[in-house]
Amino acid sequence: MSNRRFSNWAFYVPYGLWIGLFVIAPVALIIYQSFLNLDHHFSLENYATFFKSSTYLMMTVNSVWWAFLITIFTLLISYPTAYFIHQLKHAQLWLLLVIMPTWINILLKAYAFIGIFSQSGIINQFLGLFGIGPEQFLFTNASFLFVATYIQIPFMILPIYNALDDLNPSFINASRDLGATNWQTFSKVTWPLTLPGVKAGIQSVFIPSLSLFMLTRLIGGNKVITLGTAIEEHFLTTMNWGMGSTIGVILIIAMVIIMILTGDRKSSEGRLTR
Amino acid sequence: MSKFRFRWSNVYLLIVFLILYAPIAFLIFYSFNSGTTMDHFDGFTLQHYGELLADSRLIAIVLNTLLIALLSALLATTIGTMGALWIDRLSRPFFKNTVLSLNNILIVSPDVIIGASFLIFFTMLHVPLGFSSVLLSHIAFSIPIVVLMVLPRLREMNRSMLDAAADLGANRRQIFSSVILPFITPGIFSGFFMALTYSLDDFAVTFFVTGNGFSTLSVEIYSRARQGISLEINALSALMFIVTLIMIVGYYFVQQSASRRRRREAR
Repeated sequence: MSNRRFSNWAFYVPYGLWIGLFVIAPVALIIYQSFLNLDHHFSLENYATFFKSSTYLMMTVNSVWWAFLITIFTLLISYPTAYFIHQLKHAQLWLLLVIMPTWINILLKAYAFIGIFSQSGIINQFLGLFGIGPEQFLFTNASFLFVATYIQIPFMILPIYNALDDLNPSFINASRDLGATNWQTFSKVTWPLTLPGVKAGIQSVFIPSLSLFMLTRLIGGNKVITLGTAIEEHFLTTMNWGMGSTIGVILIIAMVIIMILTGDRKSSEGRLTR
Repeated sequence: MSKFRFRWSNVYLLIVFLILYAPIAFLIFYSFNSGTTMDHFDGFTLQHYGELLADSRLIAIVLNTLLIALLSALLATTIGTMGALWIDRLSRPFFKNTVLSLNNILIVSPDVIIGASFLIFFTMLHVPLGFSSVLLSHIAFSIPIVVLMVLPRLREMNRSMLDAAADLGANRRQIFSSVILPFITPGIFSGFFMALTYSLDDFAVTFFVTGNGFSTLSVEIYSRARQGISLEINALSALMFIVTLIMIVGYYFVQQSASRRRRREAR
């Protein structure tokens, strides 16, 4: 037993410092800052403003609604994709191909969509072949929804695929042997048993969707204001850090609620581990 | 019947993969366009690659980005591996779970929150916004990933190997360097690659803590994209795609050698 004590203080001091300085301190600071008004006095002013202002409340509701839409669309596209990939022969290779676009910088993908959706872009040229005049795609809510969904899809496919992979195939066989139809097998066996993967996927899509701020500007043309956009503007444009932190605290609370709703702790690793 | 259904699933997959790769292919295709827009392909040219190589500001930014990525990944891997070794040895479950939860906070937190809170933190400590603040932030958000990559390897490690080494007269240092370290190396490599990609991919956190003057590639692309289309960015994205491909192949080989080793151990 004593042999395992190979290390000394050098092992935990840097890591402990990191936890103290970059995990606990920033969270504490953002909560502290949220109670400071513009004159740097301690007050509840920011929270009062937030909950009295219909603009802030509507913005929060909107942000949650958009994140919800993005999550639903991502799930609808990703579940069948994960399911079909899992049936393929070289499933691991196909999965790698799903992951690969996530390694391309998100800014570049957003930039590509600016070209694709623009007034004389490829979509409008294609529509032009059928005599449909140029439509406005860029800077619409629909294009924002499309691009956000596009970016989130791989993060939903991965945990669902892992859940399918963990599923014992003899359950499926048993269900078939007992005379269940394909649909019954799916709804009574496959879906419930892969639900943890779905929950993990929702977790890793919904929270980032609440805080998107770059896409809202480049693709959505600032029509959709998410919590993320609001925080960014308060911090970097209007320099009202107190209010920005207050919205940040609201976002953290929203995040905690979603984590509790989507259950088990382990799933938070879904985004990175394969 | 089943064959028919199978084919429809392939059509579905084909469409999904087409959509996944369309924007990337689109970008790379137009990087060879002799025109100036992403609308009409006028003719083949390498002109934009030439412009890219002549753009010393952009090249400096690329080098900065790579330097930040490598330095932050190296330091995060070192600190994260030490942290994982420490967490693995913690015996009280409550304390261990608390540390693990703290470890995961930065992973589940939205980028905007990380960026904003780090900005407050750096401003309070008077850390100048620029290279140092960006580097510190990248190290900070990469550490938990490294820990999560190394910990499973430590858990898989057979404790009797350590006892055997000790019985054979190895001291602590030898046990660490010849038994533990070789065993967890694949995990360390995975952690390093993840840290590297997180750093290269990050936009939001960097955007908050970068201040004026210092810029990484993501931030630069953002400011250029806001001004409109410039095919130089297309050329850049084509080059980055190749770099990404190389990194994926590297990561794949690391994973392969890890699984090969695992198979050998199983035997």
